[in-house]
Amino acid sequence: MSQKIKDASIPTIPLGARIQRWVGRNLIKIYAFIAFTYLFIPVAYTFAFSFNDSGKSNLIWKGFTLDNWKNPCGAPEVCNALGNSIKIGLIATIFSTILGTMIAFAIGRHKFKGRSTSNLLIFLPMATPEIVLGASLLSLFLVFEINPGFWPTVIAHIVFCISFVVVTVKARIASLDPRLEQAAMDLYANEFQTFRRVTLPLVAPGIAGAALLAFSLSFDDFIITNFNSGTLTTFPKFIYVSAARGIPAQANVIGSAMFFLALTIVIVGQLVNRRRVR
Amino acid sequence: MRKIRTPYLLLLPGFAFLFTFFILPIINLAQTSTQTKIAGGDTGQYEQTLRFANYFDAFVENKEQFGRSFIYALIATLLALAISYPLAYAIAFKSGKYKNVLLVLVVAPFFTSFLLRTIAWKQILGEEGFVVPTLRTFGIISESTTLTSTSFAVVMGMTYNFLPFMTLPLFASIDRIDPRTLEASGDLYANGYTTFRKVTLPLSMPGVVAGTLLTFIPAAGDYVNAAILGSPNTKMLGNVIESRYFKVVDYPTAAALSFTLMAAILILVTLYIRKAGTEELV
Repeated sequence: MSQKIKDASIPTIPLGARIQRWVGRNLIKIYAFIAFTYLFIPVAYTFAFSFNDSGKSNLIWKGFTLDNWKNPCGAPEVCNALGNSIKIGLIATIFSTILGTMIAFAIGRHKFKGRSTSNLLIFLPMATPEIVLGASLLSLFLVFEINPGFWPTVIAHIVFCISFVVVTVKARIASLDPRLEQAAMDLYANEFQTFRRVTLPLVAPGIAGAALLAFSLSFDDFIITNFNSGTLTTFPKFIYVSAARGIPAQANVIGSAMFFLALTIVIVGQLVNRRRVR
Repeated sequence: MRKIRTPYLLLLPGFAFLFTFFILPIINLAQTSTQTKIAGGDTGQYEQTLRFANYFDAFVENKEQFGRSFIYALIATLLALAISYPLAYAIAFKSGKYKNVLLVLVVAPFFTSFLLRTIAWKQILGEEGFVVPTLRTFGIISESTTLTSTSFAVVMGMTYNFLPFMTLPLFASIDRIDPRTLEASGDLYANGYTTFRKVTLPLSMPGVVAGTLLTFIPAAGDYVNAAILGSPNTKMLGNVIESRYFKVVDYPTAAALSFTLMAAILILVTLYIRKAGTEELV
């Protein structure tokens, strides 16, 4: 009897149809899996070839070695380039985060004449192709007979980072509940105290996110840097220049290390955030 | 009185900086674009002659690259949209407690230098990579067909490199959709397709607009993908501007091209935002 009911409740579906149904139900997950594979193929490739016992040109797999990881500065110039990129990235991040956060507070928190013009001025650098930004700055430096190099590159990076900082911080400010600040004021906190004790801590994760974004944009930038850096080598420039004769495996080591470092920072940030919410 | 001044004081340093290093250079670029070479002068010496024909000459000379820039950027944007929309949808609605992890994974490839990843693609798609021999074994491509140095490789590289710019804004707007609106649509006898067309898509429109802009703009001005993955036959406007600056030292033509590119993008973007009907800028 029970056997019969069981049989009735599961009508015999051929295997093919069952697979079809499973695929149909999970189609979007399968799709997402393929998309992630596509995203990670070159990352995995870069990581794998960081272990290649390649000598000078890292094109063909020649055997496994840990030498590249033990000696990441082994290739000439590579660590010098990395150092320049980090220095430029840090300075550009600090300045663009400060300037951008101030603008975000002005636009996000105040109603004033010229607010929409200000929004436009923030949008324009993002709507300008990098090559135009880089080329126009270079022409300006040439007019004033400033040689391209370290500081012109820093200035160029601040220009394109500011807008991204403003957009990120502004979004965080917009999501704040204004009643929290009103409550602080009701409890006799003055304007400055409210800002320091309530507003700023609430916006801080947004500012941190903006700073991380600014640093990664600056660190990875090639086009604008190429126009304004003159003879100075940055990490992306090093890769581009050495691409013609083969990139040393050390570049793959540094690229992979940056990947894991950034991943760690983001994950730790998430954990800290979660604990705070609790 | 103090209250009125506060926003302006906050804006002052940032805008002073942007004025000096963004607006002034653009004005200067406009001036350079109408200069001509000093007769008998050295390379790189130009004088202002207000020669607007520079624009015409530059355009006629490079109309192929111009067209290519916009067509490649358009295809890459559409491909990125087709890949990102289901991905963003899956992360927003189907990922459960792994939502944050998956979101981090979308951005994670970003942190390996984009040049390294582009060169990795070049090697993966190249003769020594695993894709070409596999496709040849199965007879999908012929012995003489290559994948690198083609417009396919350039468009694929651009799609890949700008994908997170598409996925993140899409995710942000899809994630904001209340799943109950989708259930309500189903309760009112809409099938999956109708629900998507009438509810999900309209509600995610701000993300679609932001994502397509953030992809199209850098793609149209890009020259790195074309330089690494392409051939002389896939040169884009960015490649021309770059070589005019560094190899030919022809600043006026480079400036005219840059300005035309920027103007074309701004016009397209304005029309698009009007058409898409959203005032929310990015």
